Amino acid sequence: MANVLVVAEFSEGKVKKTTHSAVTFARTAAAALGGTYSILVLGSNAGTAADELSKLGAAKVLVAEDAKLEHYFAETYAPTVAAVAKDYAVVVAAASAFGKDLLPRVAGKLEAGYAADITDVLPSGSTLQYKRPMYAGNAFGICVLESAIQVVTVRQSAFAAAEPSGAAAAIEKVAVVGGGQAAARIEFVKFDQVKNERPELAEARVVVAGGRALKEQFYELLNPLADTLSAAIGASRAACDNGYCAPDLQVGQTGKVVAPGLYFAVGISGAIQHLAGMKSSKVIVTINKDGDAPIFQVSDYGIVGDLFKILPELTEKLKAIKAG
Amino acid sequence: MKILVALKRVADPDNANKVKIPADGSKIDTTGLEWKPNPFDDYALEAALRLTEDGKNSKVRKGEVVVVSFGPKEVETTLRSALATGADRAIRVESTDEQLDGLVVAKALAKLVEAEKPDVVVLGKQAVDGDSNQVGQILAELLDWPQAAFAATLREEAGSLLVAREVDGGALEVRVSYPAVVTVDLRVVAPTSVYSASTDKAFKYNEGVRFAPLPAIMQARKKPLDTKNLSDLTSEKPRIRYVKYEAPPARKAGSKVADVDALLDKLKNEAKAL
Repeated sequence: MANVLVVAEFSEGKVKKTTHSAVTFARTAAAALGGTYSILVLGSNAGTAADELSKLGAAKVLVAEDAKLEHYFAETYAPTVAAVAKDYAVVVAAASAFGKDLLPRVAGKLEAGYAADITDVLPSGSTLQYKRPMYAGNAFGICVLESAIQVVTVRQSAFAAAEPSGAAAAIEKVAVVGGGQAAARIEFVKFDQVKNERPELAEARVVVAGGRALKEQFYELLNPLADTLSAAIGASRAACDNGYCAPDLQVGQTGKVVAPGLYFAVGISGAIQHLAGMKSSKVIVTINKDGDAPIFQVSDYGIVGDLFKILPELTEKLKAIKAG
Repeated sequence: MKILVALKRVADPDNANKVKIPADGSKIDTTGLEWKPNPFDDYALEAALRLTEDGKNSKVRKGEVVVVSFGPKEVETTLRSALATGADRAIRVESTDEQLDGLVVAKALAKLVEAEKPDVVVLGKQAVDGDSNQVGQILAELLDWPQAAFAATLREEAGSLLVAREVDGGALEVRVSYPAVVTVDLRVVAPTSVYSASTDKAFKYNEGVRFAPLPAIMQARKKPLDTKNLSDLTSEKPRIRYVKYEAPPARKAGSKVADVDALLDKLKNEAKAL
């Protein structure tokens, strides 16, 4: 039987939306393989996620609950994921910080082939081909994995979030497999959480992104526009490196990859690495004082001018439109 | 402290949009692009150097940094440049791209680790050609070592490293005891990101990576550079096979509009995005 195992991302009592993208992949992959998909959730209180996960059309929801799994570590999670994976043909998680940390380790344990950050799955007979971006999204490779178990992570922005479907899945407990030396040599110190009341970058329908040009006024200028549009805030590497905003706002090849309906690039010149993270957006709007900036080459609409004047005007006029 | 750093050369990442895919999709053609060190690997080397020195006296190494790269003879350029920057020794693993994937590289590195016995292996979090972000994590598993992936800051303590990892929603600080694998993220080369036990915590590095002075480039020619065959380290074959390559869908440049009113009109009536 060729079945698919989804590794759910679950933290602070909540199933992350990234999991729903992995489920969408699993539906296509399981259908192509003539099998089913199950969802594995791990944590010290993983059971609390089971109900929510059981509504996503899976054959089974597998719960690995143990006090030792209070803090996520690849070192403590990978042994259990790998043990459960032995009954499956494909193991998948989203290519979030969680998936990118954990799944290669699982692949290593299984000596399995690993396809990272895929944007599509193409069934070809009974094998699955995976499409994945390379060279900062300037090329796509279509690959197959030649191992008994295949491990993949999926790009969240390329797989729509799965809606609930079908009957409630059976919930089963699975044994937690202890980590080896590795698990004993890593410990949690603290989590410096960046408070963010806005939509998650990868899920937002509108993203307002700022670059170095905004300087210390990064939030002061972008917050009102983001509020008006219920948008997530993103940033270029330069803005993050200079400390104008939190590092996890970085959009790009090695940061967050987004594909919203509407993307505002404000004071961002458009380095290749940034374009890799946003050029799949449906509509791109650029505001930049340099009319020759590379960002204009991927923009649908651009204004050449002073963002410190344009941004407040845009925000005010949008507010008026929204107030209708 | 002894550190092993893995380095890869990549086609000039700032010109990655110039790669070509032939009509038959048989390869990614990087002809015309200069070879550059993978930026994250440059950061890995910088982090390793900072961990093996007193920041105020960075010419003296308090420990050993060994660099390793996989590829044909030409990758020695990348290794010599790392030696000039401050690494002590280099190893080249003779191999072709077709022989390698993440697992093969990790298996070979694990074998090298067995022989070299480093306290820490530092790698870039991702090579910006393949964009897979995998070798450090796989290596850590093969060695049964902890992995501090996507490290933004590193602080040496007695027998361990305090690492802040860049994750979704913030920075996760962990402590890993030696031996351990670390993969580094962009912010690791900021002025206050890495402190060895001997560097004063008030010390600030220059932003970014250091460059080799000319005399060091000459001296680097005399530093040891060993060659090993991939087959002596591992008999593994790649598990990933690329069937074909495709160019991304082209995106047409749109129009420049005169002012905010024109923009809003377009967004509302043409793009229907509001």
